[in-house]
Amino acid sequence: MSVTPVQTTDAPRKPRSIVERRRSSTRPRSRVTLNIVLALLMIYFLVPFWWLIVNSSKSSAGLFGGGSSLWFADDINYLSNLVDLFTYGGGIYARWLANSALYAIAGGVGATVLAVLAGWGFAKYRFVGRRFSFAILLGSVMVPMTALVIPTFVLFAQAGLTNTIWAVIIPTLLNPFGVYLMCVYARDAVPDELLDAARVDGAGEFRSFFVVALPLLRPAIVTVLLLSVVAAWNNYFLPLVMLSNNQLYPVTVGIGLWQSTAATYGAAGGQSLWSIIVLGSLVSVIPLIIAFLTLQKYWRGGLAIGSLK
Amino acid sequence: MSASTDTVVPTKSRRSTTLRQNLTGWAFVAPFGIIFLALLVLPIGYAFYLSLFQKSLIGGTRFVLFGNYAKAFSDPSFLDGVWFVIRFSIVLIPLQMAVSLAIALILDIVVTRFARFSRLMIFMPYAIPTVIGALMWGFLYSDNFGPLAEIFESFGRQAPDFLSSSLIFYGLLNIVTWQWAGYYMIILYAALQGIDPTLYEAARIDGASQWQIVLRIKIPLLAPALVLILVFALIGTLQFFNEPKILQKLAAGAIPNDFTPNMYAYQQAFSLANYNYGSAISFALGAVVFVCVFIFLFATRKRGSFFE
Repeated sequence: MSVTPVQTTDAPRKPRSIVERRRSSTRPRSRVTLNIVLALLMIYFLVPFWWLIVNSSKSSAGLFGGGSSLWFADDINYLSNLVDLFTYGGGIYARWLANSALYAIAGGVGATVLAVLAGWGFAKYRFVGRRFSFAILLGSVMVPMTALVIPTFVLFAQAGLTNTIWAVIIPTLLNPFGVYLMCVYARDAVPDELLDAARVDGAGEFRSFFVVALPLLRPAIVTVLLLSVVAAWNNYFLPLVMLSNNQLYPVTVGIGLWQSTAATYGAAGGQSLWSIIVLGSLVSVIPLIIAFLTLQKYWRGGLAIGSLK
Repeated sequence: MSASTDTVVPTKSRRSTTLRQNLTGWAFVAPFGIIFLALLVLPIGYAFYLSLFQKSLIGGTRFVLFGNYAKAFSDPSFLDGVWFVIRFSIVLIPLQMAVSLAIALILDIVVTRFARFSRLMIFMPYAIPTVIGALMWGFLYSDNFGPLAEIFESFGRQAPDFLSSSLIFYGLLNIVTWQWAGYYMIILYAALQGIDPTLYEAARIDGASQWQIVLRIKIPLLAPALVLILVFALIGTLQFFNEPKILQKLAAGAIPNDFTPNMYAYQQAFSLANYNYGSAISFALGAVVFVCVFIFLFATRKRGSFFE
């Protein structure tokens, strides 16, 4: 692992002052142009959300009716659509949301704990086999995770684990990239002198890890946690393969199922289903959007860890 | 695992310090190591083992060595799928990188509240499951629900059907770019923020223009981040599955079951219960991805960051 030549001068880094920033920006006219470009880009990135928000207010008839698809119909049906969504099929949608939350939290937290411990071990201890295992770890980041799904399924089937929550949670615990991020971050964030000081004060290795290191590692921990939770919440291929009982589906697989049912029966039979699919999609994205907005200050710097070093 | 803490006094011989380093190091790494062995090493080995056998109705399961691989690499379904994901990557990855790089560079120059807000909004699609992202665009593309028909009708033209077999390539291209450009942009933006501003100052004193600063200072210093993004995008695209799978029913006929290698492996394993051939395809795809990425990283190692 090398430190990349980001700094080419020996001058100490100083924070950009406001004055400097002002000066570093361009002339007013091109700034207006750039702001317009940004506004257009924002429209592009937000159009699908807007479509979802507008159309989840419509009844099935309104969805297929002649009105504009980018504006609200005369009657706003959020409430009745919500009732439909949460009562359809015996309220299975709520069950799917709960499953998604369980898989994301159990899998994401578990993966983070393992990554923090292993990253710390790789960063601070010169144990036998360290270089070799770290090389294997880096190699494994390049293995496409979907290539593992079929053999893992067959192995789990032999162990009787398929079609249980464990079939989704256990494979989620594997996050080699998280270990890599933690290791890179821990190496620089916790000075060895600090650990030596803790040792001299009589703290054991594990005690100094929990008391001294963990607080300093917080930005990286939050980032790895967020990345793991998002990956688990968004996972589709793994639960699609592992689960056949629709009571265990996460929301992604569930909505995929509704969507393929509705598409199969065409506009005629599937019409009533489309309105709850649209609202169901909207509801399913809200938790992660809230998580990202509230945890902004942690992940913003953290996402760059892997790319700076 | 408490061997590390007991009886060792800091002044003791070097050997006990090394022993302690060893035991504690392994203690920290072991929990992940077990998961790694059980869920990565074992499945890869098992996939390889499965791929060496063939199952037939008559004669049961028999050992065929590389027979499945010979079959895969002469199977038009597999080869067309591989060719599709390669073509798709060649178009997608430069496009995605150009978009995310352009946005990151703009956001590095324009420092307003509006710019900060738009940064967050452009990142938002990353928080959306790919399944839902594909579904949203599927709606926007569709005749029944989408605005495309309305917009093009008002100009007296027929709307392009991004769900037809001739345009599905572009339909998918748009979805994947939309989903990931914001995430890559955040990585690049953070890397830009890490560049020492005195470099710009020095360049400006030497008479460099804004463009020259972007081309000669910012982009070269972003090389490690760009390499990282390229690797992520390559690994993700070659195992393309979620988006085409979700659009399959909406895009009647445009997306067959062997559209991508991963979809083909899924069909073989779970629709046809042919785990041996499915494993062979998975393993071959995994090997192709690994080799591609490894060669790429090795070729760029001087500027890149992953290797010593």
